[in-house]
Amino acid sequence: MSYIPHTDLERQQMLAAIGVPTIEDLFEAVPAKYRFPKLDLPDAMTEMEVAAELRALSEANDNAQDFAIFRGAGAYHHYSPAAVNHILLRGEFLTAYTPYQPEVSQGTLQAIFEFQTMIAQLTGMDGANASHYDGATSLAEAVTVALEASRHKRNKIILSPYIHPHYRAVTRTYHQGQNLRIIGDKAAAEIEDLVELLDENTAMLAVAYPNFLGQIEDYKGLADKVHAAGALLVFVANPLALALFKSPGELGADIVVGEGQPLGIPLGYGGPYVGFFATKMAQIRRIAGRIVGETVDQDGRKAYVMTLRPREQDIRREKATSNICTNQGLMALAATVYMELMGKTGLKQVAELCYHKAHYAAAQLDALGGYSINRNKPFFHEFVVKCPVPVKEINEKLLLEGIIGGYDLGQDYPYLKDHMLLCTTEVNSKEEIDTLVDVLKEAQP
Amino acid sequence: MAWKTPPDLKYLKSDEWVRLEGDTGTIGISDYAQDQLNDIVYVELPDVGTELQKGERFASVESVKAASDVYMPVSGTVTEVNTALSDAPERINSDPFGEGWIVKVKVTGDADNDSLLDAEQYAEWCNTR
Repeated sequence: MSYIPHTDLERQQMLAAIGVPTIEDLFEAVPAKYRFPKLDLPDAMTEMEVAAELRALSEANDNAQDFAIFRGAGAYHHYSPAAVNHILLRGEFLTAYTPYQPEVSQGTLQAIFEFQTMIAQLTGMDGANASHYDGATSLAEAVTVALEASRHKRNKIILSPYIHPHYRAVTRTYHQGQNLRIIGDKAAAEIEDLVELLDENTAMLAVAYPNFLGQIEDYKGLADKVHAAGALLVFVANPLALALFKSPGELGADIVVGEGQPLGIPLGYGGPYVGFFATKMAQIRRIAGRIVGETVDQDGRKAYVMTLRPREQDIRREKATSNICTNQGLMALAATVYMELMGKTGLKQVAELCYHKAHYAAAQLDALGGYSINRNKPFFHEFVVKCPVPVKEINEKLLLEGIIGGYDLGQDYPYLKDHMLLCTTEVNSKEEIDTLVDVLKEAQP
Repeated sequence: MAWKTPPDLKYLKSDEWVRLEGDTGTIGISDYAQDQLNDIVYVELPDVGTELQKGERFASVESVKAASDVYMPVSGTVTEVNTALSDAPERINSDPFGEGWIVKVKVTGDADNDSLLDAEQYAEWCNTR
């Protein structure tokens, strides 16, 4: 099948219309030695051959559905109801990108508006944008807002070491060359330790909720201390956990960011995922990304628009504070369908299942004797297990049983060598958990 | 189109005006500016006490079609900001030289009147743009 719609005759006609003899003449601006390089491409394949090759490639990977998965660490194996894909695969949604003539795409705008609304409700914030690429990007953008809020008079950013390691790395990459001091996460640090670092040069302090180790830390009083220093408090949150725990808004957050993957988006070998960004009214004009608003047209009918446009690159141009002028539309739609399908009750139920299964698993492991569970703080659906042998060894044994074991924390936190981050979700059955425990029991020396 | 240019004010080519009374300066944007910007929806104001140099950006005026920076016509310390603009930014459209004032400053250093245009010069500038 040809993907180029023009016939030779049409090409001739177009060239004649613009007064250019041949197509090659259009590339005159390219230096001669770089024009039309020899491309060493293989021969074209038929659709049948391509399908076979892609199938072979995909079969080189194991499929999440064939395994019991006990690993989270930022990407969670939840059940995605059939309705999600059913709506996502509609051509109107699947191929349309972020609308450039937005008001013509009322359906798209409405879906985004609903996404923003639910995210704002979950996080306890005043407003949210249309989404970012992923949780890591959202955190990086929060830093931009904090710097703007301080009118660029402050350049210190405090990050908890228990924010996802990837998010912290991306934040540093994003802001390189900006003369920022991003501190607080090199060694183990409790909330009190982070508070010690606050001074009149701090633009922002960020914590995770739950944190990378699955824990719910004690955030009481944190907001007051951060605000007293004139800085913004940012929470990096798991949206599913928010169905069970106090919203960051109630804890005094100024901005809440995080990864929306737990909301009905499959693991997908790492993506696409979706970042969310919610904020109090005070910062709304500083945030990046698209924002959809609800209004009425001249006949009084409800209508959706892209709003707060002068923040954006197309209008603000060289004064724009971010290069982000897009969103992760399809994934935000998936999260929207999921949240609306599950509703407040359903989301809470999923969160409770995750919580209880994790606590069941922890109790079973406690009883083995060779493993010790970190119970210093309450945990949601992930917890830290100190193992009697290296995590790698245990995971190899688990794999033979069709189980993907927990995350080896030693690779990110040297003081957590031989510690495994174990996760359970609503998808893990009791039988799977019991099998996991049996294998871990066998793995004891 | 004749834009208002009150004679008792001084102007910048970047469309700011200043009313100098003793060492107090009241600053805003001109009728020409509000006309170009169209409906103003938001004004970002500086903090009281901020020390600013002539030519420094001190505020931002946002309309549905643009976000425009506002620059100091004189050097000074901010003594008052027009907080009414938070709820009624459209005052800049309806009364740019009166209720639409943006900040008041205590003028520091020379008012440097040479680089400021008078009403006639500014009106001329607007007509040739």
